[in-house]
Amino acid sequence: MKTKRRDDRRAAWWFLLPVLVGFAVFYGYPAIRGAWYSVTDYTMLNQPSFVGADNYTELARDGEFWHSLLVTVWYVVLNIGSQTLLALGVASLMHRLTRSTVLRAALLLPWLVPNVTVGLLWMWLLDTNLGFVNHLLTSLGVGPVGFLTDATWAMPSVAAINTWAYTGYTALLLYAGMLQIPQYLYESAAIDGANEWRMFRRITLPLLRPVLALVLVVSLIGSFQIFDTIAVTTFGGPVSATRVIYYFIYEQAFRYFHMGYAAAAAICLALILGVLTAIQMRLLRASRSDLA
Amino acid sequence: MRTRNLSAGRVFAWIAMITFLVVTIFPFWWMVRTALTPAGDLFTDNAGLLPHDPTFINFLRVLGLTTEAEARAAGGSGAKIDFARYLLNSIIYCGLIAGFQTLFCAMAGYAFARLRFPGRDAVFAILIAALMVPPIFTLLPNFILVKDLGLINTMAGMVAPTILMTPFAVFFLRQFFLSLPRDVEEAAILDGNGPWGIFWRIALPMSRGPLITIGLTTIVWAWKDFLWPLLVGRGEDNRLVTVALGVFRQQSPNTAPDWTGLMAASTLSVLPVLILLVFMGKRLVQSLNFTGSK
Repeated sequence: MKTKRRDDRRAAWWFLLPVLVGFAVFYGYPAIRGAWYSVTDYTMLNQPSFVGADNYTELARDGEFWHSLLVTVWYVVLNIGSQTLLALGVASLMHRLTRSTVLRAALLLPWLVPNVTVGLLWMWLLDTNLGFVNHLLTSLGVGPVGFLTDATWAMPSVAAINTWAYTGYTALLLYAGMLQIPQYLYESAAIDGANEWRMFRRITLPLLRPVLALVLVVSLIGSFQIFDTIAVTTFGGPVSATRVIYYFIYEQAFRYFHMGYAAAAAICLALILGVLTAIQMRLLRASRSDLA
Repeated sequence: MRTRNLSAGRVFAWIAMITFLVVTIFPFWWMVRTALTPAGDLFTDNAGLLPHDPTFINFLRVLGLTTEAEARAAGGSGAKIDFARYLLNSIIYCGLIAGFQTLFCAMAGYAFARLRFPGRDAVFAILIAALMVPPIFTLLPNFILVKDLGLINTMAGMVAPTILMTPFAVFFLRQFFLSLPRDVEEAAILDGNGPWGIFWRIALPMSRGPLITIGLTTIVWAWKDFLWPLLVGRGEDNRLVTVALGVFRQQSPNTAPDWTGLMAASTLSVLPVLILLVFMGKRLVQSLNFTGSK
């Protein structure tokens, strides 16, 4: 027994070597370096020089920073709201209608495509002069609408684009949760004469709650990190209307080379996401125990 | 019962479902349709489901198969565009990351699940804590690190942060190895196998399903990667499809973008995942049941 234990120890380090190196070099070390940069003045050309909490106090006074947070929250509300409701609807329809794998695969397609492609595709569909959507609208006597060029419409348009990209995926996650609900509940409810809406309210929704909560938090975390779509469609514009927090950090770091400042903003975002992830972990445990 | 259920409500539900499906698929059709339209026809020919005068020239020119003059004549800006190369780069990038990351994470997952060594739970807890670190936090320092190592515009620099590990895969595969029955492994120990032998000959073959799940998910995410390869691999030689699309968009004039070229390039970026979906659709759909908790 003793010898076996010693053998394990030696083998274990070899098993773990690549992962531990990857973790130390690309997670641990950069996390420490990032925290250090956030209290320095650093432009990638100079040596970082310690400035205490200056970056953070400056952030607190920076209207652009607060604006980017506000814009991000606006996006998250629009995107998560529409995406979750639609996905819930689609998942319930699938749950009561069909188990077709082909249908599920088709719903997954927009999620498999790079966000960059999704952004370009919709930029074309939403183009003010030649886009298909405005073509439809003008034939109905409305518009044309500058979906991505009008400051009022830009953010709702970006949110709609990503809702299109992620609803199918979210619906499939919810659908997977619905499949775990015992079928006999629906059968006996049908015998009792309950209609579909009532079954949804009384059976599906309550029993899906742990899965729904988890999916919601995961989408929320993803949604806070929106970047790709904006980086190919609006570049943060028009007039900052879509300059979300990720884009703000990206510009501070790689356009103005305010590395220290960007690192401080990244830490603020990390704190927000950290809280959301902690909630996710709790829900993960909760949903496991509920559906085990 | 079934036939009676095929009532107004069920018909309405199917109509809603099909409407959603059409909204999901139509944009892809419109992308392909635009890619097949001659650039000069965009103003006049923008209503029908099919172009009047279909052409492959847009695909040929974004694949770098035409001369510069031909590309210009077909609506291009004249800048060098070679999506054949970018596609190859993306495939190499995805293959490297998915292959190595899955193997390394399986090794670690197995060690955490089955081997006994001091500090096991503490090390695992630290790894899992990394799940909570959002990518943006490590992005800036990692960029500076890769830059200091002189790996900007190399494939090595692009794959470095992800090829060795991702916390989720370690977590996921450890969970799976924990659920494997122990008796097969114990029999193998009696046959004189060490940890390596058991891992390669028993544990890995038994976990083909979860390994494919993790591998596929990794391929999909790597295919979509944009910000990191944009920062590290902007150069022509190692440019990925996503980065190339971003650059193409930026080079295209804002007032009159090269839509037919952009849509041809976009179609090319969708093609590989479409092939993946056709051949591995069932696996991909099932993988959501596993990774739903990601």
